[in-house]
Amino acid sequence: MTYQFDFSALLPYWPLFLEGVWLTLKLSALATIFGFVVGTLCAVARAEGPRWLKTVVAIYVEMIRNTPLLVQIFLVYFGFASLGLKVTANTAAVAALVVNVGAYTCEIVRAGLESIHKSQLEAAECLGLTRTQTYWHVIVRPAIERVYPALTSQYVLLMLASSITSQISAEELTAVANRIQSDTFRSFETYIVTGVLYIILSFVVRLAFTLFALVIFPRRRKLGTAI
Amino acid sequence: MPAVVSLSNVHKSFGALQVLKGVSFDVAAGEVVAVIGASGSGKSTALRCINALETIDSGEIVVCGHKVHDPELDRRALRRDVGIVFQSYNLFPHLTVAQNIMLAPTCVKDMGKAEARRLAEEVLAKVGLAEKADNYPEQLSGGQQQRVAIARSLAMQPKLMLFDEVTSALDPQLTGEVLRVMEDLARGGMSMILVTHEMAFARKVASKVIFMHQGKVWETGPGAMLANPQTKELAEFLSNDL
Ligand SMILES: Nc1ncnc2c1ncn2[C@@H]1O[C@H](COP(=O)(O)OP(=O)(O)OP(=O)(O)O)[C@@H](O)[C@H]1O
Ligand SMILES: [Mg+2]
Repeated sequence: MTYQFDFSALLPYWPLFLEGVWLTLKLSALATIFGFVVGTLCAVARAEGPRWLKTVVAIYVEMIRNTPLLVQIFLVYFGFASLGLKVTANTAAVAALVVNVGAYTCEIVRAGLESIHKSQLEAAECLGLTRTQTYWHVIVRPAIERVYPALTSQYVLLMLASSITSQISAEELTAVANRIQSDTFRSFETYIVTGVLYIILSFVVRLAFTLFALVIFPRRRKLGTAI
Repeated sequence: MPAVVSLSNVHKSFGALQVLKGVSFDVAAGEVVAVIGASGSGKSTALRCINALETIDSGEIVVCGHKVHDPELDRRALRRDVGIVFQSYNLFPHLTVAQNIMLAPTCVKDMGKAEARRLAEEVLAKVGLAEKADNYPEQLSGGQQQRVAIARSLAMQPKLMLFDEVTSALDPQLTGEVLRVMEDLARGGMSMILVTHEMAFARKVASKVIFMHQGKVWETGPGAMLANPQTKELAEFLSNDL
């Protein structure tokens, strides 16, 4: 028995696919930006904060790293609802992704912070920089440069993982695909197209990160070192 | 003339290990003091105490009027007056040479970018590296990196410079270029304390040599004392060093 491929049935749906792609990009971009901020703050808090804060961050990170993303998404979604907050599925999806990727970012950035040698701190201290100035100029910036490749991988994973938010009907690419396949009954073709679109998305996201690195890390640009 | 640095009866331990056991010496303005001694004798620790990188257990240290032993010490004020250069350069790898130098003046003295840049060019010219302003540290040789580190300290216009074996990681040729910079500084009247293994340099440049042994100032005198040691420990140290 041979399967008869029929992609033509999907043709009328391309604007819908595009919409899904766009939403996936938007969700992931928002989650990446806020997740990065949350994760970096957590990493700094865990390295420098008072004891209670370190504990809170440690618990947060461990909770996220040891539960499935889908469960986290349901928790955030139904959590908002039971608090009486009316949020759209898309907002809940972004919030859940931020909570998730923030924890992973925290771990990655923490490794970066720890990799900065103590002598760098001392040099800055001896030049009279304040603790905050030292932290920003001498620790955080080079630390992030160092872990940038790991962060990139994490955020590409995030983009792919955002497909799970289709479970709370956030209207990203996978949710769109689900709808199209139930309309057309061409499930296999639909998910082939969807898979290809995710590959393209991954490529685009990686490219964006590489170009962004050239902007924010002038040393890489000047020395031509791969990131 | 009041002393720029004055240590009296300084004690410092790391846990059970007594490293400084009553160290006293003075450095007058414009004086160049070379500190020599065997590995582990406490030379670096003494320098680090002067710059409040380590807190002392007892005794007094006064540096440019700052009471370093005082728990209320304003460290940042102290560090405006004192520059320190380490054996391992400790340049910031993600910043260009000029940015390395501009960081402290802009952060600490609120200097504008343009003015800081001019200052960076000025101190770089002093150490003979004007053309390297826009290079990154990893593009420089060890000797050049060390000269940048010196320039970075000089940009803060310190009254006292501390050098901790700044040429120990360099091969002889690169050592020469760094020593020349330090010699120029000494001639310009900078007060300096340098921990060094370069006996010839100590003899030539230092107005005073301090030989440390087992956490104490064992022998002190003018550069000429190296040719005529009074204690058998110094004689031994000098003969091992050759
Ligand atoms: N932070 C520290 N913690 C514990 N011990 C230390 C510390 N710093 C230095 N020491 C010890 O103090 C002693 C003196 O060290 P110091 O670095 O002052 O010696 P030094 O005279 O500079 O030697 P070198 O010529 O090898 O640099 C050594 O035994 C060293 O192991
Ligand atoms: Mg030492």
